Amino acid sequence: MNKALSVFLRGIVIENPLAIIMIGLCSSIAVTTSVANGIGMTAGMVFVLLCSELIISLFRKVIPGNIRMPIFIVVIAAFTTMVDIIMKAYFPDLSKAMGVFIPLIVVNCIIMGRVEAFASREKPVYAVLDSIGMGIGYAWVLIGMSLVRELLGNGTILGFQIMPAGYQPVLFFILPPGGFLVFSLFIALNIALRKLWLRHEASRKGGA
Amino acid sequence: MPVLLKILIASLLINNIVIMRFIALCPYIGMTTDVKQSIGMGIAVSFVMVLASTVTWCLYSFVLAPLGLEFLQILIFILIIASLVQLVEFYLKKSAPALYMAMGIYLPLITTNCAILAVTFDTISSGYNFIESIVYSLGTAAGFLLAMVLLAGLRQRIRSSAVPQFLKGNPILFVLSSLIATAFMGFAGLIK
Repeated sequence: MNKALSVFLRGIVIENPLAIIMIGLCSSIAVTTSVANGIGMTAGMVFVLLCSELIISLFRKVIPGNIRMPIFIVVIAAFTTMVDIIMKAYFPDLSKAMGVFIPLIVVNCIIMGRVEAFASREKPVYAVLDSIGMGIGYAWVLIGMSLVRELLGNGTILGFQIMPAGYQPVLFFILPPGGFLVFSLFIALNIALRKLWLRHEASRKGGA
Repeated sequence: MPVLLKILIASLLINNIVIMRFIALCPYIGMTTDVKQSIGMGIAVSFVMVLASTVTWCLYSFVLAPLGLEFLQILIFILIIASLVQLVEFYLKKSAPALYMAMGIYLPLITTNCAILAVTFDTISSGYNFIESIVYSLGTAAGFLLAMVLLAGLRQRIRSSAVPQFLKGNPILFVLSSLIATAFMGFAGLIK
């Protein structure tokens, strides 16, 4: 497998930022009470991740090693401020629902971790691929969780009634304990998928 | 019930920052493998949290708001926290080496701790005055310490119990947190 493809695919299951590396967890449980919030958070997060990785990667040769952390933080904070202001202007309801979690993208460890471990060393092309792969990995867990929680906890998806009229919403799934429980099941699912993926890869290598 | 007591109880138990608001889950999962470590991290975070929210509150009220620079909030607050952490580290190294040995290793991790940044934003967005914001940050800090110690204690029990195969490792920690959160929901009735 060539490098570009493996950099891209890695973030989706094998090194899924949420379920395997276990970073950037705060937002994942808090905002997944509805699908709209899940999508909004994913969009903001992926935008900041993509832009920061690209910028840092482009400037990686001129950033002095000693003060790289403050520089990373300023770059990430600048993009987070953009997302915050754009959300407030165009999606005021969404912005209100997510509250403090939009500004908190700035300390989301996924972004800092990827910038430090990857973008500051690699070419821009790989940095972009890496951020998209990580973004997909983040998105499927986050949006998957919000689907489960909104469907079971409210009987709707994106505000449309899905469950039959007689369905009694299980409030538990919207409340914090339900968030923890659904997340634990998603981690278990991801660990299982990772095993399958690695076995498949190993068997293909063995066959070739 | 006096307002300050209300703020304290709400931030400590009812809206516990880790268990009910899911902020700072990374250290909650990552740093609770033993009780001693979790207390060290909890105290280091609490210390910086109270300090940071005091400084950022003053800066916001006396500098940013009068000058109409509110949009720089995110950038300025994170820089303040980062430099505060550095200062605290230098200060402790010089003047309190024992304390530095105890919590020094946790300090660099704190810069990107969501809890601290979240508290500084909360005090601004809830419109607390100076005293209220200090009480709020104290309550939140104590709540963080409480959650860390609770999970660290329970994790020691998990080690010696039979966990279903598919929940082994990290998933069981979240099942555990789900149960803790259910218990914490009982506190909701404390304040009318």
